[in-house]
Amino acid sequence: MSKFKKKKSGELPPVSTAALPDIVFMLLFFFMTVTTFKKDDYKVAQDFPYADQVQKLDKNDPIIYIYAGKPHERYQKEVGAQAKIQLNDKFANVDEIKDYWFNTLNNDVGQEFRYVAITALKVDGETNMGLVADIKQQLREINALKINYTTRKGEASQNYK
Amino acid sequence: MGRRNIPEVNAGSMADIAFLLLIFFLVTTTFQEDAGINRKLPPMPPPGVTPPIIKQKNLFTVLVNKNNDLLVEEEIMDIKDLRKAAIEFLDNGGGTNEKGEPCTYCKGKKDPESSDHPNKAIISVRNDRETNYKTFMSVQNELVGAYNVLRNREAQRLYQRDFTEMESVVADPQVDESVKEDLKEKMEVIKELFPLKISEAETNN
Repeated sequence: MSKFKKKKSGELPPVSTAALPDIVFMLLFFFMTVTTFKKDDYKVAQDFPYADQVQKLDKNDPIIYIYAGKPHERYQKEVGAQAKIQLNDKFANVDEIKDYWFNTLNNDVGQEFRYVAITALKVDGETNMGLVADIKQQLREINALKINYTTRKGEASQNYK
Repeated sequence: MGRRNIPEVNAGSMADIAFLLLIFFLVTTTFQEDAGINRKLPPMPPPGVTPPIIKQKNLFTVLVNKNNDLLVEEEIMDIKDLRKAAIEFLDNGGGTNEKGEPCTYCKGKKDPESSDHPNKAIISVRNDRETNYKTFMSVQNELVGAYNVLRNREAQRLYQRDFTEMESVVADPQVDESVKEDLKEKMEVIKELFPLKISEAETNN
């Protein structure tokens, strides 16, 4: 008759944590697969202007990056506080862009993308247009005409704060 | 003697190790993805060729000076009015295109003093070397916005969906190729109606 008798005392059985490692591993693998390590170390400020009429760049597109902006404080002693261009992970002058562009095209992107490769200009918001115009002029001279101004998604009015 | 029992490996700290790795990847993960405004630079003119002369009425000049002030068609303008002004200019349709056809889809004022046809209308952005990049990008954003408004309007009329939405579908790598091909054709039609003609002239010092 006491088949359904409760065990003595209402204590809850301890929660089994045997499945915890499985859950954690699952999360771990998720983050391992989605993690992409930054390609270059930024030596210049990268605070992009806001824009909302943007188009996405796919990671698989043939992209060549050019960075520009004010050097970070720890580099300012060497190169000054004026906005500089960064190619790969070195500061560079405007006339090095052409060489860099072709080197990257041949080594990383593939020569077949000569006329479809997009040059992403990652320029800090606080840069003067003069530098950007110089970069554009260099790109025009080597007939690398497809460019993308990298921006942050947001209302353009935030640029005036 | 026989075999001795191999003691079981204690797996209790496996969770700790996994946690450690998990936290490492959590911290280093960035979901940031590149997005921006695409633009095509004008090719270098072959030597000895003078650029064609464009009628003043087909040119919409936006000047940004070094104090980041805007001068649109020789009038000072606030950036928030720029998009509307650009739409009015592009959508005017006062005349005909190269083939002599009038703009049947334009809903503008048909002002003979403004642009003839969206095919002929060119927006020229000029800036100073000291102009701030942020301001320049805001101007570009508004101009692209003006084109998108008009293209969306035409896409709604012809295909009952937004042009910008089609654009994002085409950019999605998970969408089927055949769907993309179809959309690309439709987008070409709309691009033909309002071709993006924004010129970024060389800077003047």
